[in-house]
Amino acid sequence: MLAALARRLAAGLAVVAGVATLTFFLLRLAPGDPVERLLGPAATAEQLAAQRQALGLDRPLPAQYAAWLARVAAGEWGRSIASGRPVRAVLGEAWPATAALVGLSLLLSYLLGIAVGAAQAARGGTRLDTALSVSTVTLFALPGYWLGLMLVLVFTYRLRILPSFGAHGYDSDALAGLARLRDLLRHVALPLATLTLVGIGGTARFVRGAMLDVRAAPFVTTALAKGLAAPRIWLHHVLRNALVPVVTLLGLSLPALFSGAVFVEAVFAWPGVGRILVEAVQARDYPVVMAATTVSAILVVLGNLLGDLLLAWVDPRIRHGTRET
Amino acid sequence: MNPGTGRVTWMLRDKRGRFGAFVLAVVVLCALAAPVVSAGDPAAQRDVVATRFLPPLSTDLHGVVHPLGTDRFGRDVWTRLVYGARISLGVGTLAVLLSVAIGLVVGAVAGFSSGPVPVVLLALTDFALALPRVVLLLLLAALWRPSAALVVVVLGLTGWMSIARLVHGEVRSLATRPFVEGAASLGLRRTRILARHILPNALTPVIVAAALGIGNAIMLEAGLSFLGVGVQPPVPSWGNMIASGRDTLLNAPWVATAPGLALVLVVVACTLVGDALQDALSPTSRR
Repeated sequence: MLAALARRLAAGLAVVAGVATLTFFLLRLAPGDPVERLLGPAATAEQLAAQRQALGLDRPLPAQYAAWLARVAAGEWGRSIASGRPVRAVLGEAWPATAALVGLSLLLSYLLGIAVGAAQAARGGTRLDTALSVSTVTLFALPGYWLGLMLVLVFTYRLRILPSFGAHGYDSDALAGLARLRDLLRHVALPLATLTLVGIGGTARFVRGAMLDVRAAPFVTTALAKGLAAPRIWLHHVLRNALVPVVTLLGLSLPALFSGAVFVEAVFAWPGVGRILVEAVQARDYPVVMAATTVSAILVVLGNLLGDLLLAWVDPRIRHGTRET
Repeated sequence: MNPGTGRVTWMLRDKRGRFGAFVLAVVVLCALAAPVVSAGDPAAQRDVVATRFLPPLSTDLHGVVHPLGTDRFGRDVWTRLVYGARISLGVGTLAVLLSVAIGLVVGAVAGFSSGPVPVVLLALTDFALALPRVVLLLLLAALWRPSAALVVVVLGLTGWMSIARLVHGEVRSLATRPFVEGAASLGLRRTRILARHILPNALTPVIVAAALGIGNAIMLEAGLSFLGVGVQPPVPSWGNMIASGRDTLLNAPWVATAPGLALVLVVVACTLVGDALQDALSPTSRR
């Protein structure tokens, strides 16, 4: 188990290093120059050259890459070209917002998705199953950014009960305690609902399939023949075993969820990593893009690792090494 | 009867498959016959001030009916929707074809060769699978001037990994089957065995994955266009239509609603066809 974990960690590190390298060279190949954007159209060639030299952008690419690696290894992410602020501060403010949004929606969409999928499997073939199937296929097909806009249309523009952008109201600094929490919850409601609704569709579809697969296994027939009560069989025999593939999916769905968060953050102006990334790519703000992609790669790798650990916890066969992982 | 048509018949016997295939057929027909079923030019503007933001089912002062209303430039939303279908469906289909082509080659080579080649290819696949796709999409889309062709390439290059894994698994298991041994003992060349005997039998899960993948690709295309790095206006795509409707959500909600509904309908249809195909193709999972 420990050896396997060490192998996974090493592979994860390789992925993060690969993402960073790929990003670095792709970004420099792209047309567009952060210095031109910084100095504006009136800048002379000498001014541009001086600024490039000051930022170290005139050196050969491999040298720049080595310098970046050395700085990052020392824990120094550099300064944003566009705003001049330290990248560490920019991302330090952003990543908790993304982690909170993604983490909460992952939790909610799995709890609700497992409940819906289990209900469907237990009532397989009935009207309830059909109705829920139609709903989950539709949720699964909803693009997050569009669902977000529709929720804004209903809850902000028509009902006027929820705010549509940002993480705080204008007066949040003046609020204290419960009022402040309420402000935060009101702001997180729509982006969270968007990500969660889209997530429920995929999870419920998967859980339903996994449970019906387990339902057909011989040991379930045995349990039935022994006269166990149906709820007990569904809960302890079917659901428990169906959770194994579901947990694998949990780790794998983190990259997809992060991708979804990029779009949803753009819609709701949620101050997270996704929004910063989109803005930085457009401004060719090299240090910020590099840091944001590296951080998102780390989050994704950690998510996959967490999925593996959860899997070992759910499935004793994996924990005790009696099954190939 | 050719086994392929038999499977399609099976798929159509399924209620979901019938519905999905019907929806896709209608959308494809509308897209192909766009000049016939719509007002013609998706970028046509007349008197902008008089014809902008007309609600659905209204008639403008030129006597033209707008079944889905008009946008802020007075352009007909229905016309843009059916012309946008050409872009969205075309980009989605081509991107998936590209993914399938790359995935087939990588998966087949990895599954049917020995030595360091499969190890390297599989490591590459796992690596690419672990990359955050949207980050890669954003970077790649920023590399060149945004266009529909760029979106096809970018989506194709970031979507082949699951296909490669599927094909690899199928090829590996088929390679040990007696009919492959038989073909080898007849002295057929390995490339011929792979192309004529193994790959046709490995296509089943690939078709299902492609059906599901088209829906996903259409959704991602719209997402990129929504962020402004995909298909560029004035060429209509469902994504940039949603993006342009975002600013007028309050006074003209139909501009963003119509392309979103079309998108959901098509993705649902792709998913249903994929599900039905899956059940039709693998008797064990038929429920």
